[in-house]
Amino acid sequence: MSKKQGWFKSGTPWIWLNGGAVALSIVMVAGLLGLIAVRGLSHFWPAPIVQFDYTQRDGTQEVVMGEVVRSQTLAGTIVIDSGRPDLAEADDLVTRFLIKRGNRDVTSRDFMWYLQPAMGEMTRPRDAIVLERREWGNFYGLPKAVLEGDTVVAEGEGVMAELRSRMERALSIRNEINKIERGDIGDVNYRMEQIRLGSRRIELNDRLSDEEKAARVAELEAGRQALDDEYSVIQQRLDQLNAEASRDTLLALTADGREMRISLRDIVRVTQPNQLSLFGKIANYVDRFWEFMSGNPREANTEGGIFPAIFGTVTMVFIMSLVVTPFGVLAAIYLREYAKQGPLLRAIRISVYNLAGVPSIVYGVFGLGFFVYTVGGSIDQLFYPESLPAPTFGTPGLMWASLTLALLTLPVVIVSTEEGLSRIPSTIRQGSLALGATKAETLWRVVVPLATPAMMTGMILAIARAAGEVAPLMLVGVVKLAPTLPVDSYFPFIHLDRKIMHLGFHIYDVGFQSPNAEAARPLVYATALVLVGIIVVLNLTAISIRNRLREKYRADSD
Amino acid sequence: MTESRTTHSKQNGNDAMTSTEQSSHGFDASQLRSSDAPQLNLANEKLKMDVQHLNLFYGNDQALKDINLVIPEKKVTAFIGPSGCGKSTLLRCFNRMNDLVDICRIEGKIMLDDKDIYARGVDVAELRRQIGMVFQKPNPFPKSIYENVAYGLRLQGVKSKRVLDEVVEKSLRGAALWDEVKDRLEDNAFGLSGGQQQRLVIARAIAIEPEVILLDEPASALDPISTLKIEELINELKDQYTIVIVTHNMQQAARVSDYTAFMYMGEMVEYSDTDSLFTNPQKKRTEDYITGRYG
Repeated sequence: MSKKQGWFKSGTPWIWLNGGAVALSIVMVAGLLGLIAVRGLSHFWPAPIVQFDYTQRDGTQEVVMGEVVRSQTLAGTIVIDSGRPDLAEADDLVTRFLIKRGNRDVTSRDFMWYLQPAMGEMTRPRDAIVLERREWGNFYGLPKAVLEGDTVVAEGEGVMAELRSRMERALSIRNEINKIERGDIGDVNYRMEQIRLGSRRIELNDRLSDEEKAARVAELEAGRQALDDEYSVIQQRLDQLNAEASRDTLLALTADGREMRISLRDIVRVTQPNQLSLFGKIANYVDRFWEFMSGNPREANTEGGIFPAIFGTVTMVFIMSLVVTPFGVLAAIYLREYAKQGPLLRAIRISVYNLAGVPSIVYGVFGLGFFVYTVGGSIDQLFYPESLPAPTFGTPGLMWASLTLALLTLPVVIVSTEEGLSRIPSTIRQGSLALGATKAETLWRVVVPLATPAMMTGMILAIARAAGEVAPLMLVGVVKLAPTLPVDSYFPFIHLDRKIMHLGFHIYDVGFQSPNAEAARPLVYATALVLVGIIVVLNLTAISIRNRLREKYRADSD
Repeated sequence: MTESRTTHSKQNGNDAMTSTEQSSHGFDASQLRSSDAPQLNLANEKLKMDVQHLNLFYGNDQALKDINLVIPEKKVTAFIGPSGCGKSTLLRCFNRMNDLVDICRIEGKIMLDDKDIYARGVDVAELRRQIGMVFQKPNPFPKSIYENVAYGLRLQGVKSKRVLDEVVEKSLRGAALWDEVKDRLEDNAFGLSGGQQQRLVIARAIAIEPEVILLDEPASALDPISTLKIEELINELKDQYTIVIVTHNMQQAARVSDYTAFMYMGEMVEYSDTDSLFTNPQKKRTEDYITGRYG
């Protein structure tokens, strides 16, 4: 026997093949996670502000200030073709930089490419500031003075200290405004809506005579009057706060020397990244990351946070699990334990298994047609006639999204529960029956507890699938922007009829529907990272529960 | 119910056993006669169960052929025979475990005291409370030791902690397991050794105070020491319970049983008191089997 044959026979090639497959899988998974982690997390790190002179094609000079996003190397021919033959020979390699120069209200484009040969020396001006604003994106420039009304309160050296202290005040006023808008005004609006629905309900009630109707509506009208008064008081307070918030203004210079007045109420964060120490940068990073995780989105989702999307995703997955697990488990128990084995059962089982392969968008269409329009429409007719024609459940919302996903993941739960049930040793069933237990008692006291790990496995798979699903959700309840969370302090606390945001859809929206692609790009990675993180956390929770159950029901005899 | 019958002869000439005449309440053992099995003398025994013309089919295959035998009360009766002879199948008829097999069909009667357990309207769960069973492989539930023993009582709706504690202790003592597990009643039953598990299963069975205990090769999965303990236990239990044991171990049958039935190919070949069967078998096949010529 030749040496080569011996090598084949020894099985070594197989080991290499199998090991190689595992290594490749690990490389792919690690690469995927690494890429989104690096791209997503680096977004929050405060980048230095650079400044340089740039010579335009027509020879005019401009001063550019901003952050370097990335650089590229181009062939000289491309530079020549693009209309700058003055900058390169055909066989040169030319570097160009993508600069985030912000100031969208002054310059129309906040991301620009600059060719290196036309750039002057790149400096990092120590005093440069970046302002995160509620509108128009970042501002890059130099602080000049802080104004109160039209009087200058600080200039030159003291500007930053004054700006910081006044920012604190502006932010706290802003918080108060937010609280009033969300809390008090929300409350008044809620009660107003209740009154409107109440009077509509009275109108629709056939059992009341006209006089009674009039009397009750008048009663409600009195309540409405009181609320109107309450509202005007709140409005006054709000106007006052708004006026206070607009008191201070920052006078700043853009890189090319233009003076800008920026009201402090429009600023979210002031940073001087070129002066930050490492700890300052870390603090800044943590602050921005926290805002991303806990804040509401701004600027068409390209700024701010993704909290509503995180909340929506988790709530939806949670409700989905609550629906799909009992439903799937009961179905599986019937199929495995009670149904008479035969061709009909086989057909049903094959259908159920095949449901797992139906494209998810088909479920979305079904959910829209059946849940939203048919079921939801009927619910509205029966229980919410006073709100019509505005639909309550007859429109996409949290409940329908959860139910559609539950339907989508039902086969997974059924299949794994059935497998779990079939693995319970028959000796244990017989042991219970021999003690005088009926079949149902045996099932609920012995068999089902033993099969709980398998049910958890089904739930884990269902969660993993549901949390990452996007296509059907677009049809049945997930929207681009829904800052009102589906859970609040008003009865019934969980509002299943509300539309929600979802991380998967958020990624799609930010990545493909955003007007500002460059600004959105890092957020796509960051959001993807959060989505993966949430799925991992949900799965790990479920897996640890399952392991605990397994330990409890460990059968070493089989 | 009153019925007289004589020995049933079968086409192959094998005789089952005795015939019996019953009073309205239970069996009157003094009336028993044995025609050609002189060594089976049940004159001093009160009879607990009576199998009459039992045929059992799996689909079209007949697994038990016209079985007739009586089980004396508070004695140990052993079924021996080679693998596949139907001894376990017969045992499982006694508490209707064969009902779980869809294709299984049964003809004939099995009387417990004076009631046919296969009659219409018999509550199978109730029957199984009267006739307990221990299986070949220990099959404790995935619960604590305590809950395993209390399981049968909880099924009957017993909730009183005091009653449960009492019964659990009594049953575990009865199964000679109390001293080994009294300090860890809340531990999972799977933590016990195989022999302990099997005694736990016996404790579980006696907790609901059955009249008959069926043991289906209870020691076949155990080591010799555990086997010995189980056998000692059987000896103690027969004071209170009627015991039917299936074993493929002839020494075991000889050690623990009072009466022994030899089965072969679904037929009851010979049934007599254990001493006679092992020392003086009447049938050639029995002799061949116990002397180790086959099986």
